[in-house]
Amino acid sequence: MPDFTLWDILRNLALAARWTVALSLAAFLGSAVVGLGLLLVRLAGGPWLGRAVGAYVQLFQGTPLLMQLFLLYFGLAAVGFDTSAWLAACVALTLYASAYLTEIWRGCVAAIPRGQWEASASLALSFGQQFRHIILPQALRIAVAPTVGFLVQVVKGTALASVIGFVELTKAGGMIANVTYEPMLTYGCVALLYFVLCFPISLSARLLERKLAMRTPA
Amino acid sequence: MSAAPNATPAGAGQPHTQVGAPILRITALRKSYGTHEVLRGIDLDVARGEVVAIIGKSGSGKSTLLRCINGLEVFQHGSLIVDGRHLLHDNPKAMRELRQGVGMIFQNFNLFPHLSVGRNVMLAPHLVKRRPGPENAARARQLLARVGLAEKFDAMPDKLSGGQQQRVAIARALAMDPAILLCDEITSALDPELVGEVLRVVESLAEEGMTLLMVTHEMSFARKVADRVIFMHQGLVHEIGPPAEIFSAPRSPELRQFLSSLQD
Ligand SMILES: Nc1ncnc2c1ncn2[C@@H]1O[C@H](COP(=O)(O)OP(=O)(O)OP(=O)(O)O)[C@@H](O)[C@H]1O
Ligand SMILES: [Mg+2]
Repeated sequence: MPDFTLWDILRNLALAARWTVALSLAAFLGSAVVGLGLLLVRLAGGPWLGRAVGAYVQLFQGTPLLMQLFLLYFGLAAVGFDTSAWLAACVALTLYASAYLTEIWRGCVAAIPRGQWEASASLALSFGQQFRHIILPQALRIAVAPTVGFLVQVVKGTALASVIGFVELTKAGGMIANVTYEPMLTYGCVALLYFVLCFPISLSARLLERKLAMRTPA
Repeated sequence: MSAAPNATPAGAGQPHTQVGAPILRITALRKSYGTHEVLRGIDLDVARGEVVAIIGKSGSGKSTLLRCINGLEVFQHGSLIVDGRHLLHDNPKAMRELRQGVGMIFQNFNLFPHLSVGRNVMLAPHLVKRRPGPENAARARQLLARVGLAEKFDAMPDKLSGGQQQRVAIARALAMDPAILLCDEITSALDPELVGEVLRVVESLAEEGMTLLMVTHEMSFARKVADRVIFMHQGLVHEIGPPAEIFSAPRSPELRQFLSSLQD
């Protein structure tokens, strides 16, 4: 069917890219909340809970995201939960990303000298106050770059949701390539759209990092 | 409990300010790292307003003892009471209450680098004591003036010299109105020319009646300011007494050897 123009292709891809953005945002937010919770559990929850979080991290870092998606989508269906592709993708990406984020952030917290914990503890601050007022502001500064770097991975990771039939950018690209017989052009546009999504994130990370670095010159 | 026998070993001098119950009472304190016993049964009473200097070889447990007093280290045996409060490790609320009465100054200052000098001083009173803003700021300015840094209120810590940073740390600890101040080699990280300014502040605190427990390598300072000197050796209080006795008439060979090792 030769009556597909480049404009048609781009327009349809852009519409599908909205779902990539939505899925990325859901996974960002979900994994940030879960990752922060896991971080706090690791810092304050005692050895057993800490080990449980460690196991969680190993589990989700040590298996392919693709398998996690499959298992969640088909596994839940097998035990009688009727999940939509959207929900399964959101949950899988959230679990996966939270395992990475909590580990990245743990490294950032560990980079803050022990004396900061000790000085704030000596001043009778509670664990929550120490974290919120002393550790977090310092850890945040070093966390920006690796966190945003990883979020770019999440955006690209949403492409895997196509395998469980969720129509986002990659899946739409496949469908359009099938009808237009223009795979090169179509996938070229798909790649361009991913770049358009990811580049501003990387850029804002760099700006943010510079701004945070300026507030306290080292 | 308030009957307060002076638990200093026989032969130790009577500190001149001992009135009423001790502000700090340590009884049979033992602390190990794994199988390594670092504190092997410490008994110590410190009276309100008393200045106690702790000396001893590296590794004798001086820092560990200080860190036990505000709960930075967990000990396995014995008891510790500060200002009538038992130290209870597994009770966070009790720990916070106890720590309000115990200030600590560290060798490396440990100022909060992301906060201005003024905010360093005001943070804990604001969060812990809920001291109202204007009062808190006025108090911080007054304390900074006291350590000679009135004009540094808005400066960031990394713009200060080591001696200035340490004086801010002292003001920060004082802002919590501690009953006792712990100092762990607070001039060891300083360039020699900056030691004096910090010691002068500590001396003025001692004169004003602050209870001080300080680990120090500055023997002449200990001699001048301390009411009692504790010589620690292998995790024990090996000798204790007024500075004149400890420095001029050491009784144990270990202390004599330690003091002579300082001469060279
Ligand atoms: N976190 C730790 N883990 C294991 N051992 C430790 C730890 N901290 C201290 N120690 C050991 O405990 C002993 C006492 O240490 P401490 O720091 O109290 O000595 P110190 O008298 O303060 O020495 P210095 O004059 O060098 O500061 C040393 O043998 C030290 O190696
Ligand atoms: Mg020490």
